Amino acid sequence: MQHPRTWLASALATAALAALPLMAQAQVKIGFMAELSGPQGPLGQDQYDALMLVVERNGGKLGGVPVQVIREDSQLKPDVANQIVDKLIDKERVSIITGVTFSNIMMAVHKKVTDREVFLIGSNAGPSPVAGAQCSPYFFSTSWENGQQAEVVGKYAADKGIKKVITIAPNYQAGKDFVAGFKRYYKSPTANELWPALNTQDFSAEIAQIAAGQPDAVFAFLPGGLGINFVKQWAQAGMKGKIPLLTSSTTDGIGLPAMGDAALGLLSGTFWGPDFPNAANQQFVKEFEAKYKRIPSQYAAQSYDAAQLIDAALAKTGGKVDDKKALLAAFRTASIKSIRGDFKFNTNQFPIQDLHMFEAVKDAQGRMTLKTVATPLKADKDAAYEKCTMKM
Amino acid sequence: MTTSLVLTQLLNGLQIGVLLFLLAAGLTLVFGIMDFVNLAHGSLYMVGAFIATATSNATGSFLLGALAAVPGTMLVGIAVDRIALRGLYARDHLDQVLATFGLVLFFNEAVKMVWGASPLYSQVPSWLDGTVELLGFNYASYRLAIIAVGLAVAAFLYWLINRTRVGMLIRAGATHASMVSALGVNIRLLNMMIFGLGAGLAGLAGLMAGPIFSVQSGMGETVLIQTLVVIIVGGIGSIRGAFLAALIIGVVDTMGRVFLPIWMMGVMDGNVAQAAGPALASMLIYLLMAVVLAFKPDGLFPVKHG
Repeated sequence: MQHPRTWLASALATAALAALPLMAQAQVKIGFMAELSGPQGPLGQDQYDALMLVVERNGGKLGGVPVQVIREDSQLKPDVANQIVDKLIDKERVSIITGVTFSNIMMAVHKKVTDREVFLIGSNAGPSPVAGAQCSPYFFSTSWENGQQAEVVGKYAADKGIKKVITIAPNYQAGKDFVAGFKRYYKSPTANELWPALNTQDFSAEIAQIAAGQPDAVFAFLPGGLGINFVKQWAQAGMKGKIPLLTSSTTDGIGLPAMGDAALGLLSGTFWGPDFPNAANQQFVKEFEAKYKRIPSQYAAQSYDAAQLIDAALAKTGGKVDDKKALLAAFRTASIKSIRGDFKFNTNQFPIQDLHMFEAVKDAQGRMTLKTVATPLKADKDAAYEKCTMKM
Repeated sequence: MTTSLVLTQLLNGLQIGVLLFLLAAGLTLVFGIMDFVNLAHGSLYMVGAFIATATSNATGSFLLGALAAVPGTMLVGIAVDRIALRGLYARDHLDQVLATFGLVLFFNEAVKMVWGASPLYSQVPSWLDGTVELLGFNYASYRLAIIAVGLAVAAFLYWLINRTRVGMLIRAGATHASMVSALGVNIRLLNMMIFGLGAGLAGLAGLMAGPIFSVQSGMGETVLIQTLVVIIVGGIGSIRGAFLAALIIGVVDTMGRVFLPIWMMGVMDGNVAQAAGPALASMLIYLLMAVVLAFKPDGLFPVKHG
């Protein structure tokens, strides 16, 4: 004969187990996938931290409903990303996936996710096909179309009347896209274009060529470790201060601490900086710094807006995710206080936004950060949106 | 195209060459004498860079960083050898490649656990920060210092290999390994010394690379591939080969990157040259390796086996 207490305990346990599915139903599952390991890991980490900042501030809820964020590392491998997406959709049955750091990963999963009518909220990579011919109602971006961050620099160079420019970018697709973006507003022919290999460590050959070419300015797109190498070597070669260096995705919030003084005074173009005075941004930067003890990068900013967008859309549907049409309408009409200031979706569901130039400076505590110096492009629409014909 | 550009590029090539030599010297000895393929050699370079950078950031002294990095990396190398690799010497090359590739992954994660995922801040010591005027052009002092240290190490290794008893054993080990052990030489101790020496040199390379490259997890892989090209071109097991091949690879790579696209612009259509030039330039050292392998499969300066 069973002891009554044991019996009671197992009955309670059974009851608790039976109740679990009910609780699970009330919870909205969100997949987060980004580069979280390897040299590019810090980018994905910033995306994740900013998302969780919003979720945890709201007590584990978005739009008033409890959410479960499933964190996945795509390891900068398209095949791994594909498996993760299968798992998130078929096993975890998520209705929203956010994150995605690199364009090659985005290209690998975009069609699959949107074909399954799962919402993909990109908070970094914005390859032009996704903004153009391959656009989907199930994809929203809170970052930019790849060319935009280079276009603003090209516009700035054109506005400043810079005559002779040498460009340098790694010899791969995004490198070509950024240089093409630069040339969208900078119409004069470039004096020279340097295309080092994607795994270049030592840029002394390229720097010597630039020194010999004596341009009025250099446009560089050298993301991640490439930029850190180049900026350090540029300063060591005594080039800083002699030839202006204008960059995209090079002196970003992730690389700046490692570059230190070598980056001081360099200019870069993007959509957001930690010094924006709007109240939403001030709150974001303050809370992010307090929680994670570092200045947020643009990758954190993009993901923060993605979290706000999901929050606003779920609030509109009352946490319901099964009615795809209602959720789509909610995403389209959601109004958020973007930390970049004015924010509106274009017809391709990429932001229409201002793009700015930033100078790398030191803050009051001596840390490297970005200061807004100009806004060459106002309410900019990306170059790809006209190719997008949304069917829904 | 000015003479100063050519001279700058020659110096740049020389500087990359000596850095590659420091890595290649250790790798070629381990490969040539111990017949051991060590893909984790690049990880030792990374460990050296991290120890040097972290120490000099903490103490504010580049020299203290240097003093910590070389023996530190040597110790890490010997520890890895004792703990993980000693059982693999007798196994075939595939097992060694798999195991040392595992070590590469291990080290990449380990440095992230210890020093965090973000690249470390590192800078050139203030007494080497600046440029030197040479024959009408400016060259970074720090890079000149790298060349000087590299050449000094090459001279030291020449003396060690050709003028000392240890060097004699190393030379004998490279050509007649079984005879050396039959004569009663403690080959295990010799192996450990070789491995430690290689690790120390990798640490020295990492130390000197820290201020010019991004100090981050995974920084050892790119350089490892170039190092493998160097030891294959130079002839496996040959220090002299590693030295000359490193300089050749360094100069061919930098010269090719600058002058090949310019030259191609001159001989063919602009768009084609723009696309093909940089691609061909980045392939140049591998093409060189293929040519060397086709005509001199033992490398340009092979060790003479008796």
